[in-house]
Amino acid sequence: MSGYPREMQESIRKVEATRARRIQETFPAMSMAERDAILEGFHPDYKDETFHAIRAGVSKGQRMPIELAKIVEGRPHIGPDFDLSDPFGETDVLVIGGGGAGAAAALLAQENGARVTVVTKLRFGDANTMMAQGGIQAADRPEDSPAIHYLDVIGGGHFTNVPELVEALVMDAPFVIEWLENLGMMFDKNPDGTMFEQHGGGTSRKRMHSARDYSGAEIMRTLRDEVRNREEGITVTEFAPAVELVMDDRGQVSGAVVMNLETGVHHFIKAKAVVLATGGGGRLHYQGFPTTNHYGATADGVVLAYRVGTPLGYLESMQYHPTGAAFPEQIVGLLVTEKVRGLGAQPVNKDGEQFVYPLEPRDVEAASFIRECKARGNGLVSPTGQPGVWLDSPMIEMIQGPGTIKKALPAMVRQFGRFDIDITQEPMLVYPTLHYQNGGVRLRADTSTEVPGLFIAGEVSGGVHGHNRLMGNSLLEITVFGRRAGRSAAAYVQQVKPGTPTLAHVEAWNRELDEAGVDTGVVSPILLPDYTRKE
Amino acid sequence: MSEADLIPVYIMGKRYMVPPTLTIMKAMEWAGYTLIRGVGCRGGFCGACATTYRVLGDPKLYFGLACQTVVQPNMYLAQIPFFPAQRSTYDIRELEPTATTLFSTYPEVLRCLGCGACTKACPQDIDVRAYMAAGMKGDIAKMADLSFDCIMCGLCAARCPAEEAQYNIAILARRLYGRYLAPRSEHLCERLGELKAGAFDAALEELKGLDEDELMRRYKARDIEPK
Repeated sequence: MSGYPREMQESIRKVEATRARRIQETFPAMSMAERDAILEGFHPDYKDETFHAIRAGVSKGQRMPIELAKIVEGRPHIGPDFDLSDPFGETDVLVIGGGGAGAAAALLAQENGARVTVVTKLRFGDANTMMAQGGIQAADRPEDSPAIHYLDVIGGGHFTNVPELVEALVMDAPFVIEWLENLGMMFDKNPDGTMFEQHGGGTSRKRMHSARDYSGAEIMRTLRDEVRNREEGITVTEFAPAVELVMDDRGQVSGAVVMNLETGVHHFIKAKAVVLATGGGGRLHYQGFPTTNHYGATADGVVLAYRVGTPLGYLESMQYHPTGAAFPEQIVGLLVTEKVRGLGAQPVNKDGEQFVYPLEPRDVEAASFIRECKARGNGLVSPTGQPGVWLDSPMIEMIQGPGTIKKALPAMVRQFGRFDIDITQEPMLVYPTLHYQNGGVRLRADTSTEVPGLFIAGEVSGGVHGHNRLMGNSLLEITVFGRRAGRSAAAYVQQVKPGTPTLAHVEAWNRELDEAGVDTGVVSPILLPDYTRKE
Repeated sequence: MSEADLIPVYIMGKRYMVPPTLTIMKAMEWAGYTLIRGVGCRGGFCGACATTYRVLGDPKLYFGLACQTVVQPNMYLAQIPFFPAQRSTYDIRELEPTATTLFSTYPEVLRCLGCGACTKACPQDIDVRAYMAAGMKGDIAKMADLSFDCIMCGLCAARCPAEEAQYNIAILARRLYGRYLAPRSEHLCERLGELKAGAFDAALEELKGLDEDELMRRYKARDIEPK
């Protein structure tokens, strides 16, 4: 059933010819010096001309991708004279974002006594959480420990991670697994009840828990179902993205202005605390890269938090997932889960030869794919001009046994099967794709920020992963810090003394931009990417 | 792309000429739509873009995800971004993993006619009829397993003559299985006990205080568990 054109099939014959030999061989992993050299030479983060230092706000001078800087330096949707006197709704904790972090925060805030409102840009659950395939890390086997997990995380992040955040991540991890299972999540298990756990890139122990290759979807739909069961304590409003945070005259957050995405009307939702869980920004397509991210991933939270004075960090590093689909054209950029390599598939070049250790940290693996194609000329080029290397999926069944792929990777089988490519028989063409925002809004381990009443959880935050996140630590991050944010926000609303709502910061922001001569011509957050055809 | 290569498709009955290589979703955007409804992850995981279509001259109805289905000439497209399906509210902690729970939470399970319209409509190729049959027998484990790849797009419910909301019933089965029926993980319980007793607190405290050189030394010295 090959959906590959003839030229590509010729290369596949070479991949098949070397397969039996390659199964016996493992390409050596890089030394730290080799890692540094390949990152500097080939990783997109090292292309200086694609970065820009922002010219206003508390993190003035910080470098970030030009596309992101442009919206961070953007103008608000509403003016300081927007009427706040008659709130559309009132709540204790306003959760902005209906992904995994937002859902976890809503549940814990409600359990801890708060009234909760969740607003989300698209549907509840339309989020990167839903798309995460590979799994969630937690050190829960006797061979493993939170300390070993800590070392893996901080080494993968190039020793730049915030220690207290990493500690929270690894120490909460087993509790999160228990929590998810008690909510009814179906983990992959062996018949004796032990968790089925695999390696991911950069792990020194097998600690990747999964739910087939719908790990994120299984977490998201379980949390969403639970939120819906608590309708008396949690109100969910869909198609209502936040366009501006609202402060009060005591310098505390007091809610947000949200927009009805269908009517364009703005509403003030008054709250004693806000949990910002808006996710990342892959839909900004840094350097023109395709992305694995969902449609609404436009870095809104970074913009919102920054305008009320919350420092940003680590936004000079973005994660390019090594294995985005590179063929067929219709699915270019979509994720091919790292679990494929975790199960034993090797990346190989057009001649069917290995050129990199299959499970380097993601940035290193991605840079090596770019080098193989751009500098060494050993990649393939699809009929539409997309470069790529092979990910040799058929060898999984030679290692793990027949039927493994269909059982462990049903989403991948289905994805490629729709285009007549049978990944149990043929390899996949892959190339790095924009995947994850390593940086974001700075936070403390309890998810609080410099701004009283503002709590942060999930991909919108920066610091826990340093400059590079390992597979399986984002589903962990959204649950660990989502839960912490819900708990922290509920405790905060017990003691806060709310003041009078104000949008004075909007006026101050506009003035600062004017004085700095900054006018990017953008109103932000941008909410959605523009994919309509330009003549 | 030259004009001659374009093909006609009908979006909500209106004709547009679009490139033949695009998915339905990209074709709509190419035609000028800024999508708000009927779009989500764009990767086949979220179920936002359930689409019904027919092709000129063919009476059959087809179903697919707009982000995963390539256009073909003379497609008549209708998106079903929202379906008003019945959903029961429950407290998962209070339930028992039994047939009685399934039938009392969703009495309509027993109304299933076994017609298979759901299976034909499923863009995930799930045998919805089979998992509903398992549900009617009270086999929660089988219902959970067979429905696992569900993305809750709602096409099954839209087509069901017995007015079932199959996908909402299925997630109840999966949650009952995950919480009550899956074999317990003893190693997880043991680790939780160790954590509660503070067994790793000192190690973490030490790690947090290390400088980069020492962290790097320990990182490099890690032993890697074999595959």
